[in-house]
Parts: sequence; structure tokens; C-alpha cells
Amino acid sequence: MGTHRKSTPDRPAPLFAALGDETRLQLVSRLCREGPLSITRLAEGSRMTRQAITKHLRVMEGARLLECTRRGRETLWKLDEQRLDDARRYLSLISKQWDDALERLRSFVED
Amino acid sequence: MSTDKIEKKILLRAPRARVWRAISDSTEFGTWFGLKLNGPFRTGAVMNGVLTPSMVIPSVGESQKPYEGMKFDFTIERIEPQRLFSFRWHPGAADPNMDYSSEPTTLVEFLLEDAPGGVMLTVTESGFDKIPLARRAQAFKSNDGGWSEMVKVIEAYVGNASQVNA
Repeated sequence: MGTHRKSTPDRPAPLFAALGDETRLQLVSRLCREGPLSITRLAEGSRMTRQAITKHLRVMEGARLLECTRRGRETLWKLDEQRLDDARRYLSLISKQWDDALERLRSFVED
Repeated sequence: MSTDKIEKKILLRAPRARVWRAISDSTEFGTWFGLKLNGPFRTGAVMNGVLTPSMVIPSVGESQKPYEGMKFDFTIERIEPQRLFSFRWHPGAADPNMDYSSEPTTLVEFLLEDAPGGVMLTVTESGFDKIPLARRAQAFKSNDGGWSEMVKVIEAYVGNASQVNA
């Protein structure tokens, strides 16, 4: 349903900026392939320092592309998959609007 | 879940003629949907609607409040009395400064069937795969609560998954 307010063209930009970097794309593609990883694992086989990698991860976290979770003493980085799945989220939003509309219809026709 | 189509089924405990009137009479449709419409539904008619929060369920009406005054244009496609009502519109077409006329539309269909205890209503909205990705993304940009709001919407959706076929 079309109940969306007039938009301001600012929200996707951080997402694209976050992905517009070769290092970050590589980190994302590893998280895609291997699932949630710690900074130690992400730094393995990389020429970059952990500090430099963390900086990139934080940029992507800021764009809500990644999120970090704790497992014991370890911090794991993972993809925020819903952020990567616009088409489905879009349908979920519209789907919810239909649910609301049909509940109103039910109230309207059932006495 | 298909990315092209949303399908909803709901059993309405009311006579078929009552359900048909609620869907095919533009005033009644507007009452529960939350739209003020410019005239009766007729095949081929171009409808202009203005969002007016529906107070059929007050708490849900509140959630429509931010969208009050938003314009919807849609074209009635088919009317088969007591059975089928369909129209085409631009999903998320809310920006009054944009010309959406050249963009693809989605088809919304209401199908009525007899069911024990009432009417099984199936609502489908299809054609999303043709909607440009940029347009889909606007649905989120326009959500002032941003991401956290979206997560709530998704949680609510997943919570209702048992009664939803999306």
C-alpha cells in the first residue's frame, strides 16, 4: 500500500558509501561466505592491522550494514542481513500495512 | 517468500453481500481503508484518494496519522459483482512532486469465496519485481523512525507469520 511519507533522499547514501571501498567489500564478502567472524579471524591473512580493520568495521556498523555481538569474551562481526535485503523488507512493510487494513475491514463488516 | 507478490487470506464472519459492499462501494472502502475518494468505483475509473486515518480501530488509526493528507491515485481494473474487485496503483507513490505515471504499477485484487461461517477474502498485490529498487528504498527513507522502526515492523510481521502468507 502506498502509505509512505514524502521522502528525503538521505538514507541509502551511508550504505553505499560504506560499500564503496575495496577493503570493506572484501570484509563483507568474507562475512557473507563464512558467517560471523571475530576481529582475529578477519585479520588473519590480511596485511592490515587489527586497528585498521576495526575502523572499517565501525564504518559499516555506522551504516547498519554490520552488527557486532558478543560471544563469551569474543566480539563477533556479522552482516545485518535485513539491511542487505531491501526487496523483502519492502514487502514486509507493505505486508504489515495490508494486515492492518484487513483488520480494519474485519471490524467494519463483522458486528 | 516471493518478492513479486503479497497474498493475504482472511476469513470474515459476515454475509458475502456485506463484504462485497465494503469492498466495492467507494465510501465504505474509504471508511475502513482510511481514504477519502472522489467518486464511485467503476471499471476503468481513475480514482483520486486522500488518506484520512480510519478510526474503525482507533489504535491502528493512530498509526495512519502521520500519513494524513497523502494522495493516492489508482485505476479500477475489474469489477465482477460479489466475486472480484481489482485496481492498479503505484505502491509508495507519495511524493506529490514526482510524476509516477510512466512507472510500473502493482495490481491489487480482492477475491471473495464462500467459506464455512462467512467469506474467505484473498487479497493479492503483485508486480513488485518491476518496481525500481530506488523506489522501494524510498519506503524506508520515508519512515521517520528509520531502522529501529523497521525492525519493529518486521518483528510484528514475523509475529503474525502464522496467519500471513506473504
